Order: sequence, then structure tokens, then C-alpha cells
Amino acid sequence: MTFKQRSILPGFGLTLGFMLTYLSLIVLIPLSATFLKASSLSWPAFWHIVTSPRALASYRLTFGASFMAALINLLFGMLVAWVLVRYSFPAKKIFDSMVDLPFALPTAVAGIALTTIYSSHGWVGRYLDSIGIKAAYSPLGVVIALTFIGLPFVVRTVQPVLDDLDKEMEEAAASLGANRLQTFSRVILPSVLSAALTGFTMAFARAIGEYGSVVFISGNMPMKTEITPLLINAKLEQYDYAGATAIAVVMLVFSFIMLLSINLLQKWSSRHHQLASTPGAGEGQALNAPVYAET
Amino acid sequence: MNGLMAPSISLNPVGSAHVAAHPRVATGESRLVRWALISLALIFLVFFLFMPLTIVFTSALAQGMAAYFAAFREPDALSAIKLTLLAAGIAAPMNLIFGIAAAWAIAKFDFVGKSLLITLIDLPFSVSPVVSGLIYVLLFGLQGLLGPWLSAHNIKIIFALPGIVLATIFVTFPFVARELIPLVQAQGTEEEEAALTLGASGWQTFWRVTLPNIKWGLLYGVVLCNARAMGEFGAVSVVSGHIRGRTNTMPLHIEILYNEYQFQAAFAVASLLALLALVTLIAKTIVEWKAKQDGNERQAAEA
Repeated sequence: MTFKQRSILPGFGLTLGFMLTYLSLIVLIPLSATFLKASSLSWPAFWHIVTSPRALASYRLTFGASFMAALINLLFGMLVAWVLVRYSFPAKKIFDSMVDLPFALPTAVAGIALTTIYSSHGWVGRYLDSIGIKAAYSPLGVVIALTFIGLPFVVRTVQPVLDDLDKEMEEAAASLGANRLQTFSRVILPSVLSAALTGFTMAFARAIGEYGSVVFISGNMPMKTEITPLLINAKLEQYDYAGATAIAVVMLVFSFIMLLSINLLQKWSSRHHQLASTPGAGEGQALNAPVYAET
Repeated sequence: MNGLMAPSISLNPVGSAHVAAHPRVATGESRLVRWALISLALIFLVFFLFMPLTIVFTSALAQGMAAYFAAFREPDALSAIKLTLLAAGIAAPMNLIFGIAAAWAIAKFDFVGKSLLITLIDLPFSVSPVVSGLIYVLLFGLQGLLGPWLSAHNIKIIFALPGIVLATIFVTFPFVARELIPLVQAQGTEEEEAALTLGASGWQTFWRVTLPNIKWGLLYGVVLCNARAMGEFGAVSVVSGHIRGRTNTMPLHIEILYNEYQFQAAFAVASLLALLALVTLIAKTIVEWKAKQDGNERQAAEA
């Protein structure tokens, strides 16, 4: 077995060499330096920092809010993908293009915009306030910001699968006597499930690390509305490098696990997709693929 | 039996119309359900996408055009805009070169460890921006691994431009590469092989054959990379040190203005970044349309 298959194209050594150098300098060396720095902490000291009550409270909020936001995005993302693929309505193209807004809009801009909308004098916050719901500066605000951040993922993973879905399968189900709800739950849902789960996991992973949009809307109260990335930043501002590094290592390990799960899900999803779709359907996907692989 | 069949045959025109209408009901939803689903989806999108975008512009213009433009004449705002353009102006071309190299090596050749390499390119996507900034502080900061050496040689990376550029490169690292790899993969290698066999050099092949094929995806990758570079907040916030007029980028300047209750000025600067986001979305729509057109042309040429 050789390292590389023969090819007459030139430039393999040059491009691979440049890529590996750049990757090491920008990503791999700085990341390993963080683990090196963390290894200077003793295990009990590390454990003490990452299980302190303030850290635990931040994990609970970060994971809980991210899960809620990803769940909202799973349900509404499938709905939006369905509506965009199956129905026609005015300004559909504009709505479709706008779905990518959270990828392109800087998080700080999203943060101040959402805070202004959901604070007690804002467009929506004022009505929520009058029925006793505090949106901004509460865990609910964190969920709102994270829902915005993760909105494109499920839509963009499910959309191409729905697009390629064979209508004949639905017709067959219908002619065999299934009603629309049965066709949906037994034929359509299983086909998009793996793609939807991929999108859900991507939205969840993205939400866990999110910082910019949340810091404005959360209020940043330790133990109450402080997310984990913010806790790292707070420790850094107090020059507590050991504390910041320890919690960063927890987040990094979690990121690696999420990256691995997304990879496995995508493999499962593309196998699923190839089996379900007609040959040649993959071509149109080539351009879509990076869109939902983003972030 | 025959007696029963006869009327059904005579009713055939009506019957076939009924059959034609039937699948639409069976594989579609009633008008009411359809209307309800569309409304629900659009309400969701209006609340989460259109409202935030609208409030940026209405708040920015709340005190009139004069106040809007005054926000950009502030020296701090101007230096933040300059620094943002500079950082993105370095980060985007660097990641462009990386993206092209990565796409060439990964999509044109088969080698061991390829999928691991793709995963490593994706890595910066899944790291929290704050952690992305922190890793450079731990490497180059005063307390960092290289800190003592750097300060002995009077080199400043953290709380200075190099740190901001590095953090920006890290955060936008995968964008061009992720955009190009599937595109180059879809093109295959036949055209390049033909060019090489006909005597073209490697560079000629790249410039005349590969590049024209991927130009639209390349353009969108750069536009997206640039938008993300200019808008990066978390990572840059950790490494910048927030020195007014010197190490504040536009998103950091927005944060300072907002925390000082200068909402109109904060939204005015934010509106520039929101416009950039809209340009990015438009670029994406155009690129997708162009790529579809190219694909159709190719199919027509083949047929």
C-alpha cells in the first residue's frame, strides 16, 4: 500500500506541504500548547476548577439553553425546509436567501439587535413583560440568541434531501391507503431524519461555543445567566490563566466529541441519502454541501 | 358484474379527472393545512431574521441622517473601521491561498489520511471563539509559552495587530477550503490531465483550466470569509486588549458604544456590518444561480 495513488497532475507535494505547514502553525500548535499549559495543573487542581459551583452552573445554562435552541431549530427548521421545498408563496426566494443571515451577520450585531427587541421596552419584550415573562437578561434570552445562531443548520441539511425525495414513494404510500399523516410519519420523516439530526447536532455544537450574541442579551450574572465561554473570559480578565485554561480544555474536549459525532452523522446521512435518491441527484448537491457544512 | 362496470366506464371522463385530482390530495395537503404551515414558518422567520435586521437600521437612523453619519466621523470609529479592514485584508487572502492549496491536494489526489485532514480543517468551526482567542494568549501572551522570549525581543503579538490577525485567520480558517473542496472534487481530473498531455505546464493548467471552473465558488468563499473576518467578536475580543483607537475592531467598538448607552451610534456602526452581511447573501444567491447556469450549459453541451 502506497501513501499516494499515482497521478500525472503536478503540485501534490507543494500544496500538501503548504497546507500542513499552515494548518500546524495556525491550528495544531496553538491547540496543543493549550493542552500543554493545562497539563501543568495537577489533576486535583484541574478537577477543583472544572467542578466549581460557578463552572457547573455555567455548564448547565450553556448545555440546557443550547439543547433547547437546537430543539426549536429542529422543529422549525424542518417546517421551514418543508415550506420552502413544497409550497410556493410570494417572496419565497427572499425568505430562502435570508435563512443564511445568521451565518453572515456578525454575532455582536445580532446580540445588540436581539437585546433591543426583547428588553422590557423592546418591540417584543414589552408584550412579554406585560404577561410577566422576562426575555432579555434571563436564560430565555440566551435561548433566543442561540436559536438565531443555529437557525440555518437544520433548514440547510434537510432542504436538499426533501428536494430529492421521490414523489413516487409518497404516491405509492397514498395509493396503498395511507393518509397524509401516515405518509408523512412513515415515509417522509424517516428519509429526512438523518439529515435533520445532523443539522440538530451542528446547531447544538455551534450554540455551545457561541459568545458574541449571548453576552449582550444574557445579563452575565454569575451562577444565573453566565455561559461557559463568558466564564473563561471572566477568568482571563482576572489574569486567572490556569482557571481559564482548565475550563477551555473541557470545552475543547466537548468540541472534539461534537465534531466526531457530526462526521459520523454526515456519513450515515449521505449513505442514507444516496440510497434514497435517484442517481445524478448528488451533482446539484456539490454546491450545497459546503453551505451546510459551514460552521 | 358487467352491469356494474358499464356505468363506471361511461363515467370515465369524470372518473379520470377524479383520479388526476386524487394524488394531489393524497400527496399534498389541504389548502388550510398548507396555509397554516406557511404562516407558521414565515412568522418564525420574521421574528428571528427580519426583525433583528430591521431594528439595526431603524435604530441606526432613529436620530436622522446627520447623527447616522456623525457616528462614522468619530476618530475611534474610523480607527476601528481601518483596523477591521486591515485584519480582514490580511486574513482573507491568507485563507484563500490555503483554501486553493487544500482543494488541490485533497480533491485532485488520493492519499492516506485524507479524511482526517478534512476533519482537521473543520476543527476551527467547532471551537468556541473565546477558546480560539485564548489559545493564542496561552502561546504568545506574557504568561504564555513563548511570552518571555517575545518580550525579551520586544515583539508584541497579543493586544496588538498580529494577535488580532491570527485570531481572525483561525476563526475563518475553513471557509474557502470547505467551499472549494467539493467543487474541485466534482470537476474531476480529466480536463487537467488533457491540458497536461497537450503540453501545458502545471501553472498554466491551474490558471486556464481549474480556476475558470471554480471561480464562482471561489468568489463566494472569499466573500463569506471576509464577512466573517470583519464581524468576528469573541476571539478578537480576547486577544485585542480593547485599547481604544488602537486595537478596537468594529464589533468591539460596537460593544463599547452599546455598553455606554450610545445606542444610536452602536447601531450605526452595526448597520455597516449588517449591509456587509446582506451583500454576502446576495453574492451567495448570484453564485448559486451562476453555478446552476454553468451546469445547465455543460449538460446542454454534452447532450
